[in-house]
Amino acid sequence: MAEILPAAPGMSTAGTTVPAVELSAITKAFPGVIANDRISLQAMHGEVLCLLGENGAGKSTLMSILSGLYQPDSGTIAVDGREVAITSPRTGRELGIGMVYQHLSLIPTLTVLENLMLGSNPGVVLDETAALARLTELSETLGVHVDPTARIGSLALGQQQHIEIIKALWKGSKVLILDEPTSMLTPQGIAELQKVLLGLKTAGLAIIFITHKLHEAIAIGDRVSILKQGRVVGSLGPEDLRGMTAADVQARIVHIMFGDDGGQVAGIAELREGFDPVRARRADRSGTPVILELSAITAPGARGQHGITDASFAVREGEILGIAGVDGNGQRALAEVIAGQRKATAGEIRFAGEPITTLSVSQRQRLGLRYVTDDRLHEGVLGRYPVSINLVLKRIGDAPFWRRGAIDRTAINATARELIREFDIRTPSTDTSIGKLSGGNIQKALLARELSFDPRVVVFNKPTHGLDVRTINMVRERIRALAARGVGVIVISTDLDELIDLSDRVAVLFEGRIAGILDNGPDAATRIGELLVGVESAAAAA
Amino acid sequence: MTQQTPGVSPGTEPLDLVESNPGRAEAWVGRLAFTLGPILLAFITCGILLAILGRDPIAFYRDILTGGVLRASGLQDSITRMVPILLIGAGLIVAFRASLWNLGADGQYLLAVAFVAGVGPSVVTAMPPVLGWIVLALGAVAIGAAWTIIPGVLKARYGLNEIVTTLMMSFIGVGIANLLVKGPFKGDQMVPQTGVIPADGMLWDLAGTTIHVGVIVALVVVLIVHVVLTRTSFGTRLDVLGANPRAAVHLGIDVPRLIVVAFMVSGGLIGLAAATDILGTFGYMRADWNPAYGLKVVPLVFLARLNILSLIPLAAFFGVLSIGGDYATRLAHLPNDFILLFVGLMLLFMIVTQYISARRARRDPTLPRRRSAAREATA
Repeated sequence: MAEILPAAPGMSTAGTTVPAVELSAITKAFPGVIANDRISLQAMHGEVLCLLGENGAGKSTLMSILSGLYQPDSGTIAVDGREVAITSPRTGRELGIGMVYQHLSLIPTLTVLENLMLGSNPGVVLDETAALARLTELSETLGVHVDPTARIGSLALGQQQHIEIIKALWKGSKVLILDEPTSMLTPQGIAELQKVLLGLKTAGLAIIFITHKLHEAIAIGDRVSILKQGRVVGSLGPEDLRGMTAADVQARIVHIMFGDDGGQVAGIAELREGFDPVRARRADRSGTPVILELSAITAPGARGQHGITDASFAVREGEILGIAGVDGNGQRALAEVIAGQRKATAGEIRFAGEPITTLSVSQRQRLGLRYVTDDRLHEGVLGRYPVSINLVLKRIGDAPFWRRGAIDRTAINATARELIREFDIRTPSTDTSIGKLSGGNIQKALLARELSFDPRVVVFNKPTHGLDVRTINMVRERIRALAARGVGVIVISTDLDELIDLSDRVAVLFEGRIAGILDNGPDAATRIGELLVGVESAAAAA
Repeated sequence: MTQQTPGVSPGTEPLDLVESNPGRAEAWVGRLAFTLGPILLAFITCGILLAILGRDPIAFYRDILTGGVLRASGLQDSITRMVPILLIGAGLIVAFRASLWNLGADGQYLLAVAFVAGVGPSVVTAMPPVLGWIVLALGAVAIGAAWTIIPGVLKARYGLNEIVTTLMMSFIGVGIANLLVKGPFKGDQMVPQTGVIPADGMLWDLAGTTIHVGVIVALVVVLIVHVVLTRTSFGTRLDVLGANPRAAVHLGIDVPRLIVVAFMVSGGLIGLAAATDILGTFGYMRADWNPAYGLKVVPLVFLARLNILSLIPLAAFFGVLSIGGDYATRLAHLPNDFILLFVGLMLLFMIVTQYISARRARRDPTLPRRRSAAREATA
């Protein structure tokens, strides 16, 4: 780990003791949840403050308050010691708070310079000379080389992120907020990001880095503050981070987050201190039969999304095949073409040797082909309908839930109660509208529906996206158990740690094509990183 | 715990027009308020308008009651008027539950009317009346259903907006119906109208009344439709499609086929309304006649929350309103369009009521609502 993620120097270089940003007792409530509960934080000039917490811990709400999207119910914010009211994102920018969001916001068809001038050009006429000068200045601060005429779409993810950062700093920021920027960043990408952040720290910026991954927080932060259920439950200063080994820091943070229950979840990838696959599986399954095979499948994407071009791979019984890739590279089209929701325009899909390319969604379901969608709320469930109905929705019309066409609510409720118990779905009753449950419980319900009734191949699309650590752990255990039972599993994820954690093999999806398939192993993350930048960018870099 | 919708603007609030999670006791009170509230508000607003127009609102409403219920003939007319409302309403509900907005009821209805009135006189004399009625009803159902096939297929295959296509098909249907009445179906009279079904070829009246047996037919049919919608897998599929078409595809429903079938059932029920109206009430069709039921029934089916059991009392209410309204507007020297104003106001108030109750449902009394309250809580 050491050479990939060198320990960050933590000294304040600006030589000031007034915090760049100070939050005091910030509270923000939404119906049903207190997202931020009296949160107090300080971000110092020349330092990286990491906010570490699970999904739903209140990180994003806090940053939305800081960037002016939300107003706090109570509490104060001071910038450079002066109390301010950040009433809009514009005010936030004027106060020198720059924000880099989770999802990239650049326009892929425009060049770097065009993207940067969008919305920031002062007059009507585009001032390219001034913009070019600013770009040079900022790229020197970041210590990266940027080609202003390159089209954004042709850049690798890491490079695009540099442009995002430059965009955030464009108007002279003092504080830079990075919201979960590394979900598909590879070891190479993280090392590069560290280098960039070092340049910014030297320039005296205060950086707030939001993440739910422990190893990122340790690698990047000078200080780490841990959020849980809307509160700051612990903080580690530079002296803690430099004075302890990575393993000790990890143990301490897990203890802060989970108390004595930490042992249950400590093995999960989000909470490990390094990238190395603890459970690198690499099981040899060449002897088991192929259950699902795609041959040269081509399918169009939904509007504005990548389709799939000439994709070929096979999944064996009991195997977990990971599909890595940056969001929007054809993941959804791939999942839908396997599930039958999208027609393939070329190629063939075989299930247990039989072609299924022309079969409908329900015919494939009956064969045991299941798809756990990533769009749980808008595709997976009917939010206003009871949990019980949602659990049998893929079996409309089938016995015992429908008998000679008539619905049998008793049978549905009986099965629902069973599944609720087996999958530990926390719901007030079987009649509760499923949309009222938490994201984790909705995902459990989806698993209950797809994994019951003899699955033989299951496609998971981003199965743990947006879930809390315990549910993430439970979902991954279910996936492993499924494979252990001989089910073929495809896990599509934008989370590299997750794929390294689960997969036997990983296929890399880039712009709708399978860029390569490799066995999971100790150096898998790095090799995936090489494939992820894509052929075009790799050639450009060479 | 995940946070789903902080900061969602109220403008994106989906209107919760179909009840999807029945069976909770508390919902009954809300449902009643949802239905009666807008009616009450419409009564009040219309009352104010009447007062402004110099009419006595109390007298006007009393006249509606007198004309639509208290006079024996009025009561019988009101009950008869329920028939098209019930059948067209059921037809709209079948489509609307699947979020298929069939706004072409008028064309479907009038084409079927032209057929029944055009060939009816010869059919009922050529065979025993009961057999003739069945033949004509089936023909009317087939015509109503057929007129939805084009919008249905366009929606199913190409995703074309059915609001536009059904409306356009409706104009075409109304036009063709009139062409038929003025051309091939024209009777022997001087005026452009179809032949008249002889009195002994008309549906029987219930003993001692002017209410024809179509009322019974309509009630039985809509109750069957209700059972199909609420108790069968077909009904569940319609609801799933209506709630979320993407989920419907994901769940393995054959969405294109379901769209076409739902449209045809919808049009078929509307065709049946045409058959009962001609065979039970009118006996012939005059050219350019158009009761424009389609759009008048839309507010009613929404007030009924697309539930047929709620539609039945509302259809009775509408029957009284339209029969009694004719009577009251005549006495008050107002055009009978005034009743349409009332119907429009009901729909408007219904949407407002729905919005307010949705807002209220999102509120959580356990949380501080305002900044000051939050400060107290944290102090």
